[in-house]
Amino acid sequence: MGRSLFMPGRRRWLAAGLASSGLAAWPRWLQAGPSVRALRVVGPWEITGLDPSRAGYLFSRHGVSETLLDIAEDGNPTPALATHWEVSADQRHWRFHLRPQARFHDGSPVTPQAVAAALQFARRKPGGMGLVPLEAIDAGTDVVDVRLAADFAALPAVLAHSSAQILAPASYSTGGSVRRVIGSGPYQLTGIEPPQRFSLARSPHWDGPRPAIAAVDYLAVGRGESRALLAESGQADIVYGLDPASWQRLKRHARLQVHSVPLPRTIYLKLNAGHRWLAELPLRQAISLAIDRAGIAHAILRDPQAAASQLLPPALAQWHDADLPAMGQDIAVARQLLAAAGWQPAADGIRVRQGAKGGERLALTLRTFPDRPELPIIAAAVQEQLRQVGIAVEVLLGNASDVPAAHRQGTLELALGARGYGIYADPMVTLLQDFGPEGGDWGAMNWGNQTVPAALAALQGPLRERDRHALRRTVTRTLHEELPVIPIAWNLLAAAVHPALRGFTLDPLERSYRLERLLWGEA
Amino acid sequence: MQDTRFNSRALLGIALRRGGQAGAVALLVGTLSFFMMRWLPGDFAYRIAAGRYGYDLVSAEAAEAVRRELGLDAPWYTALADWWLQLLRFDLGESLVTGHRIIDEVAHQLGHTLSLAFAAIALSVVIALPLGIAAGLRPRGWADRLGEGAAIALRAFPPFLLGLLLVIAAANLSDAIPAAGHGEAGNLLLPALTLALGLAAASSRVARESVARVVASDYYAFALTKGLSPRLALWRHGVRNAALPVIAYLGVQLAFVIEGVVILETLFAWPGIGHALVHAVFWRDVPMIQGTCLMLGLCFVLLNAAVDLACLLLDPRRRRGT
Repeated sequence: MGRSLFMPGRRRWLAAGLASSGLAAWPRWLQAGPSVRALRVVGPWEITGLDPSRAGYLFSRHGVSETLLDIAEDGNPTPALATHWEVSADQRHWRFHLRPQARFHDGSPVTPQAVAAALQFARRKPGGMGLVPLEAIDAGTDVVDVRLAADFAALPAVLAHSSAQILAPASYSTGGSVRRVIGSGPYQLTGIEPPQRFSLARSPHWDGPRPAIAAVDYLAVGRGESRALLAESGQADIVYGLDPASWQRLKRHARLQVHSVPLPRTIYLKLNAGHRWLAELPLRQAISLAIDRAGIAHAILRDPQAAASQLLPPALAQWHDADLPAMGQDIAVARQLLAAAGWQPAADGIRVRQGAKGGERLALTLRTFPDRPELPIIAAAVQEQLRQVGIAVEVLLGNASDVPAAHRQGTLELALGARGYGIYADPMVTLLQDFGPEGGDWGAMNWGNQTVPAALAALQGPLRERDRHALRRTVTRTLHEELPVIPIAWNLLAAAVHPALRGFTLDPLERSYRLERLLWGEA
Repeated sequence: MQDTRFNSRALLGIALRRGGQAGAVALLVGTLSFFMMRWLPGDFAYRIAAGRYGYDLVSAEAAEAVRRELGLDAPWYTALADWWLQLLRFDLGESLVTGHRIIDEVAHQLGHTLSLAFAAIALSVVIALPLGIAAGLRPRGWADRLGEGAAIALRAFPPFLLGLLLVIAAANLSDAIPAAGHGEAGNLLLPALTLALGLAAASSRVARESVARVVASDYYAFALTKGLSPRLALWRHGVRNAALPVIAYLGVQLAFVIEGVVILETLFAWPGIGHALVHAVFWRDVPMIQGTCLMLGLCFVLLNAAVDLACLLLDPRRRRGT
């Protein structure tokens, strides 16, 4: 019989052809060995724009664009586009010597004029350049001169930040917005599809050693579960941003390499120290004592090392003070502090006291956001832990920008956030933003403390290292004792890596993926 | 042979009706989404700044800079009037977050969304028709009962959960099926299958009803009586008659497709319109929301028109305008 089932012959062949072509096309990438195809990198970060102030960090991490300086893991500046530099005695005049062979990906040389123009554009956009008390940026022959109007010790950290990356003059439109990303790093962009994808190839203009990996594909995948599955199924070679549960699971995977490194990022409670109750230190101390950091670290972050004993983690060796008493849970002391402040438990367990305007119930709102998936879960844990000492907390889950907005409106009570002190290689830039005289959107609010702003200001000037150390200790200790923010946990950067990839390391400052050091070996 | 030419009056009718609908949809969807976004709580400038610079760099300064740059203090009616005027010039404006032209972004995303939607619909037909026919040929038989159970279960699963289960299964059972992403052959399979299973759940039941009705009809009995084998009778007199309600029902199911696309694109990192819409809502990127909603609305009209045409093609009675 020529006709079987209900199909005439012609249609049957058509259907069979379609099915077989689909099957043949689909696992094609599996047939190619890993060393001949592009390296596939997956992360949670979407390409929200080409400008250095937006997704510029993605391009510097992938070795597309460079900054004037780089930062070593110990926090000290190292050469990048500048091979060396000189600083005047008063530290107000910095002269940077450019790498003579450096070329942008369009073939044009990296000139002092191009560097000065890129830094001027960066000043007008969000990012650290706006903090610099700049007098002038001048382009000389082979050198760039930066003159400061006031002391600013964190200049190298700001210049090393991705928002201050140097792009070719052809990258910018006349208004200073970035139309194309033309960097000077080992890899150049060969294709980009915002917000999810870009591809890279080795730049022929790169003046350093030739990278072993010829091509790279980056894909942004928003959901943590999807990212972990991409690593597991071998569809991605490097997966960044593993959520704690996936990280735990992938560590038991037979073949994958799983790397992790402590990140200078702290999950903390921001609080309004001008609030009529939170202005009292005993209440802030009671909140801190009520929080079970070890439990949160173990059960939510799946890493006992993650429990924060102070605000700044050990990775920030210059600022972390191992001699400080570790923060921990002590419910009995928390209850005593609250009782001593006049708060007595009511029938429902929530404490009340007689205030100026009659009876008050100890109820607070806590804002948080889901951009980091662990935050809402930690918020729920904090809510329950505070309830146990008699503090009612209402969790408001919203957008990250609600925190600075509520800060400015003065309506914020508590907020749970995650602050990266390594955003700029020198945590001082972030500390200046957060604990300056006016406080900061992500730091102190109505705190009114003078010691920390004064110490941070003094640190900007030329000092002996011993005095710097003493000032840093003052900052760390005051934050620890006065609790303008309450640290909860330290974050971990985790990545899952293809078994055959060699030379993989994680940068705790998240500045670079070090792709140029990778090569394929045996699985 | 029958007259297979389209009746020009029927065609013109479809074109005019759907064209008018498209215009109305564009205006209505864009305007409605504009007001819905305005009524949402929260400060626009802060949301856009969070979208642009990420949570590490979002600050009051960044938000105020965004407010100045975009003129967000302007009254709502000037913003709306501007958008209407732009729409008249077929200009959708620029994204507030990425700064790219929306027409370029949407054109890029539309291809991804349409390929997902068409793959899902095609796959659902491939799954639903054989099941529906098998069930319809023997109502209350084992195939019918099994199909009914499966349809209820699959329809009851939200696409999001079904997708997640399929991803987990794919990642654990086979290295050959990519779990998420796009740009590689095979990436389409899982999101399309997720959507297709939900679609097939309903359309297999419609096919079953329609086949059962055909099998019980006089003309089908006559076809068997005149000596055709059951197989041939079904092919010549059954399939086309049974297909009409199935195709027409696809039009009804488009709402399910559009809804599913919005959810599944995020889950599978599929860079289509739904993915962009979800992000734009988070970031209060109003022109982007208007642009993507408008495109989804137009897709709806266009796919309905395609269903009309398919029915016209299948049904000679409609073609002749009788």
